[in-house]
This record gives sequence, structure tokens and C-alpha cells, in this order.
Amino acid sequence: MDFDLTEDQSLLADSVRKMFADGYGFEQRKAYIKSAEGWSTAMWAQYAELGLLGLPFAEEDGGFGGGLTDTCLIAEQMGKALALEPWFSTVVLGGGFLRRASAELRRELVPQVAAGECKLAFAQVERQSRYDLFDVATTAKREGGGWVITGRKGMVLHGDSADRFFVTARHAGGQRDHGGIGVFMVEAKHATARGFRTVDGGRAAEVEFDKAHAILVAEDGLPMVEAVVAEAIAALAFEAVGCMDIAHAMTLDYMKTRQQFGKPISSFQALQHRAADMLVALEQARSMSFFAVQAAADSDADERRRGASAVKVQIGRSARLVGQQSIQLHGGIAMTMEYACGHYFKRLTMNDSLFGDADHHIKALADDGGLVKAA
Amino acid sequence: MDLNFSAEEIAFRHEVRAFIDASLPAATRAWLVAGKSPTKAMVVEWQKILNAKGWAVPEWPVQWGGPGWSAAQKYIFREELQMAPAPSPLGFNVNMCGPVIIAFGTEAQKQRFLPRMANLDDWWCQGFSEPGAGSDLAGLKCRAVRDGNEWVINGQKTWTTLAQHADWIFLLCRTNPEAKKQEGISFILCPMNLPGITVRPIITIEGGHEVNEVFFDDVRVPVENLVGEENKGWDCAKYLLGNERFGQARVGASRERIRRLKIIARESMDGGRPLIEDPDFRRQMTEIEVELKALEMTVMRVIAQDMKRADSKPNPATSVLKIKGTEIQQGVSEMLMKAAGPYAWVDGDPDEEGSNEWDLAPDWAFGLAGTYFNWRKQSIYGGSNEIQRNIMAKAFLGL
Repeated sequence: MDFDLTEDQSLLADSVRKMFADGYGFEQRKAYIKSAEGWSTAMWAQYAELGLLGLPFAEEDGGFGGGLTDTCLIAEQMGKALALEPWFSTVVLGGGFLRRASAELRRELVPQVAAGECKLAFAQVERQSRYDLFDVATTAKREGGGWVITGRKGMVLHGDSADRFFVTARHAGGQRDHGGIGVFMVEAKHATARGFRTVDGGRAAEVEFDKAHAILVAEDGLPMVEAVVAEAIAALAFEAVGCMDIAHAMTLDYMKTRQQFGKPISSFQALQHRAADMLVALEQARSMSFFAVQAAADSDADERRRGASAVKVQIGRSARLVGQQSIQLHGGIAMTMEYACGHYFKRLTMNDSLFGDADHHIKALADDGGLVKAA
Repeated sequence: MDLNFSAEEIAFRHEVRAFIDASLPAATRAWLVAGKSPTKAMVVEWQKILNAKGWAVPEWPVQWGGPGWSAAQKYIFREELQMAPAPSPLGFNVNMCGPVIIAFGTEAQKQRFLPRMANLDDWWCQGFSEPGAGSDLAGLKCRAVRDGNEWVINGQKTWTTLAQHADWIFLLCRTNPEAKKQEGISFILCPMNLPGITVRPIITIEGGHEVNEVFFDDVRVPVENLVGEENKGWDCAKYLLGNERFGQARVGASRERIRRLKIIARESMDGGRPLIEDPDFRRQMTEIEVELKALEMTVMRVIAQDMKRADSKPNPATSVLKIKGTEIQQGVSEMLMKAAGPYAWVDGDPDEEGSNEWDLAPDWAFGLAGTYFNWRKQSIYGGSNEIQRNIMAKAFLGL
């Protein structure tokens, strides 16, 4: 049992931290949001240069053989910087599928992804699906020697800049059956993406597939989707901890400097206790983020699913408390667009809703028997 | 990062579990499964069994009978005891007074007290709190005045847990009323059978007798019963209070109670269906399970840090243990009571004459309300949860 980072992991986290310290000031980030892409192509080039984009792929495929812990450490720094680039959609989601795809596809795409030349996105959410990964109405049909996909996907993170989509589509069964869901890859030129800005300053798209030419990645695809999503949940947990760390630290700094009634507001016990409760929530979330890495690697799919749900619940509950209280303890200043704290709160709130919010997962986990087995 | 227990640690867990299964008296286990506090005889019998095995004092150095375990092994041992469930070695002896004597006591005190503490030949109790000194412990008034070769003790202690069983009490007494309040306190050992000592029970809201008031009226103990230096008792007290960093998390105990809750919720009917099928109930229970998993990982983080850097700065995660540990235990106790529905309100014992003879209340319902009421103490003792937040604000937040 060892929670310390290896030397390589510390170096990785440090270099990402340094990259963001130089390139991600509040004003810089604002400019990235206003740019045509909604994120920084210059930063993206730095991600590639630093090796972040090829990190989790096997060396024989053109990657650097990193593990989930490495991915999560990057995610934590992304959270602290509120980074806008399509790293999560390309490396964690798209990369999660790509790592599990055929050797042929890996050989073709991994070098491009690692070089920053190919951006990926995961097209999963549908109008009726809400958070159910298995609720898929988009259809896949065999045509000629291949497949065609028809349907519409929403909230596709960075779908407007993606070069390839991994898509869930149904080739058999009813809309909510767990079987009959395939994972496919579709080139952007075969799809129509309509991009929009998200409330946290990011980008997403609606994507329409109209008899789009598709490559089959997995015919019985739901287990693969669940495995990728479990890794994504671990990365999101670390991202949330990064956001919470900053929101909490900003709040403490502000409490020490803001004077009211002739003294710093940090001298008031009611506010001290609120800040202490934030620390409890933050540390519980940090602990749970470690568990998320462990759970995502569980070879038992049921245990993995329960573990991922527990992570979403704890992270979501902590993020809500830390996010809301960071605004409350600051007072009016944190309500302004010009102050960073509110941006962390927005990101934390959106983070909770990705792949099921805490309310969704508490229900799922409760229906699944919980974590403690009755004797 | 490697978050798993090593193969040796897992083997150790199996060894501990096998020993408990083979050695824990069945009656004691059944008594604890029913949610009751162990009797004095049960605690003494079990600690003697553990001591014979060399496992009664996990925190002590090998020289004084400790098994030489790593922090992870100590954690595993504690957790297995709680999950069995088995009585824990008596905290007053093993986690409180013993370590203070080891750190501050004379060789003669160690020889005299430690072996009998480990074997629970002497039952110790803690004389810290007073009517006017609760959260503000250093405000204590109980006086000890030097008279020749003796200390003469006058004053009152309160909330003295299981003083009715005790052979000895370790006391914080004021020995210099002129000094600043932390600087005039001494740590003194006192037999409970001396003239001038009166123990008066305090019955808590559920009807149990755990705590007492202890009065001292010209009680005389020899000067060699002072531990450490005169007027330096606050150092002993701080050491003692800081020593118990994991004890209040009680992850294993909560897991055992949640298992019990699930069994009861299967047997308890609600709307014609087993309660466990009710989504609201399940959801509340699962919320607690999630918090407990996070707490378990928090405990592991603190242990892992301790194993690497014993002298390192306190980890902010430590302050989580008391607050979350007690909130979780209180939450489970409330759910257990509510799961029993109307039957939770039966007082007394299911085997008592004239009680529940037609078995209209299930046996498992007995005592659940009592435990709920009793466990409200958890967020009050050991430094109330509000005091914990004060400590966090100062030590970790710089406020």
C-alpha cells in the first residue's frame, strides 16, 4: 500500500503543472474561449510535444505505455487549470476505445493521436437516454462489406473539432436492451456536427449520422463502453479534486484578506467551520479518487460498475458542497464572471453530470446491492 | 501508487481472522452481534486470550509486549476485531495510559504497571473531564497538593467511563494554580479503592450505566504515582489525545453494523414487502456505504503516510477520521433503529422474564433505539466535532 507517486509520475505532474502555469492564466483562458475553436491550438501542440496525447497507448502502437494513474494525474492538472482542449474526449474517451480496438486501427491512429493530428470524440448521449449507456436508438446496419449508422447524438464533448467519432449504435434488440449495442468508428467527414459552447466554457456538439459509413470496433459493445467509462470516471474524479483544491484554496485566501466588522472574516467561527467542512469533503473526495483508479481496474465487471457508481456519488456530493460553499464564503465577488472561483464551481457542476450525476449513481448503486455485502 | 494490501498483509488478515474465529467465545460474539456493549467479564476474558497470543497491545514497543506490527497490520487487526465483532483491548489501558507511561514514566512505573495493564489484571479509567472542563480541558480544577511523600487530591471528575469496573484511574490534577492554565497540571495515577473516593453513576438517556462522576475528598497517593514531571502533565495529555489517530474512524465496526442493517432490512416488512426493497431506504443506506468507502481510503492514506514517514507533519486527512467516523456510526445507528420500526422501542432484554413472551417483536429489534440514543455521544466525546473543526481551522487551514 503506497499512495506516493513514483518519480516518473511526479515529473509528469510537475511538467503539466508548469505548462499550465505558463499558458493558462485567467485572461489567456478567456481568449482561448473566444477563439474560433474555443480552445488553444498552441496549447494542443504543447500537449503533443510533452507526450500527453500518446501517453496511455502501448509503445508498440506508437504510445508511451502510461497507466490510468498517469492519465488521472494529468486530469487533476486539467482541473486546476480549467483546461479547454479536447484532451478528455480524445485521450480518455476516444483513446479508451482506441486502445481496445483492432491492431490495424491502433497502428493507423495512435501515431496521429499522439502527434495531435487526430482528435477523437465519443458520441453516446441521445435525446431519450439521459445517463443510461445502454439506452441506444441509433441504428447500425450491415451494408455491403461494412456498416452504416443512422441517428443523432447530443452533448458530444468536442464533437465539433473531432476527426473521428466512436459511436454507440444498435444492431439488434430493443432500445433499452443491454445486448445488441455495437461500438463503431466514424470519420468526421461522414457525419454532420453542429458545435456549441457549454456553460463551463467548453465545447460540445450535436452530431447526426445519416447512413454514415462506419467501422465496427466491438459488436457486443456495452462491456467495452462500461470499461472506458469507468476509466473516464476515474479521470473525472481527479479533475474534480483538482478543481476543488483550487476553489478551496482561493476561498481560504479570500477569508484571510477580506475585512468586515474591522477584522478578517476568517476570524469568525461560523465561517471557519464551513471551511473545515469543505476540507472534510475535499479529503473524502481525494480518497475516493484513489479508489476510482483501483475500481476501474477491477476485472469483475459488476464490482467495477459498483465502484464507479460509488466514486460518482462521493465526488458529486463533495463537489457540490465545496463548489457551493466556495461561492458562499466569498460572497458577491465569486458571483462575477471576472472572478475565477465561479468558473471552478461551474466546471465541478458539469463534471458531476458527465456519465451520470450523484443522484443517478446512488440509485444505480442502491439497486445493485450497495458496497457492503450482507453476511 | 499501489493501493492494495501486500500478499503478506492479506495473509496476516487471514491469520487474525482465523485466530478470532477459533478463540473468541461464542457467547461474546453473539452478544456483540445483538448490538450490546460487552460486559466486564467478556472484555477481561478476551483481553487475556489476546495477551496470551501476544496481541493485546499492538501499539506498544516489542520490549513491553507489543507484537512489532506495521501500521497496516495494526489497522487490519483493529478492523478484524470490529468486524468479527469482538471486544477491542481496553482503550484506557492499551491506547491511553499505557503509551503515556511508556513515553513519560520511570522504569519502576513501567515494570509495575505495564504487564498488568496488558493482561487487564488492572482495569484503568480516565480522569480528565470535569463539570467545568469539557471542551476546554485545560480549565480543570481538581487539586493535588504535595504533603510530604504524598499527593493529596481534592476535586471532582465526570463522564468517567466504566469507573465502576476500574482498579485505577489516571488523573489530570492542578498542581500549580498560579501558573498559566496548561502549565500547572500534573498526570497522577490513583488506585480506585482508596478512602475518600466516591463513584456515583450517571445513567445516560438510553438507561445504560457507562459513565460516572468520581469525587476525591482528601485522597492520598504516594509521590511516585506522578508520571513525568510535576506541572508537565499537559504534555502527557496532549500525547495521549494525539495518539489515537485512527481509533475513532472505526471503519470495521461500521461495516459490521451495515451488514447487520441489511439482514434486518430483509426481515423487516414495509408495505407488505421486505424493507430492503424500498428505494428510499436503500438509497439512504447506500449514501452511508459510499461515505464509509471514502473514509476507509482516507484511513489507508494516513496509515501509508505513517509507515513511510513516522515523524511527518500531520496529514489533513487525519482530521476527517473523527468527524466522518462518528457521523457514519451515528447514521447507521439511526437507520438500524428505523429499520426495526415499532419494535425498536422495546426496552430491556428479549430473554428477560415477562418481556416479549409471544415474540411479537423480533429479537434483533432489542436495543436498537438504545444504541441510537447512546451513540449521540460519539460526536461529543474525544474532542467534540466542533472542537475538531476548530483544530482543522487552525492546524490545516491557517485561519
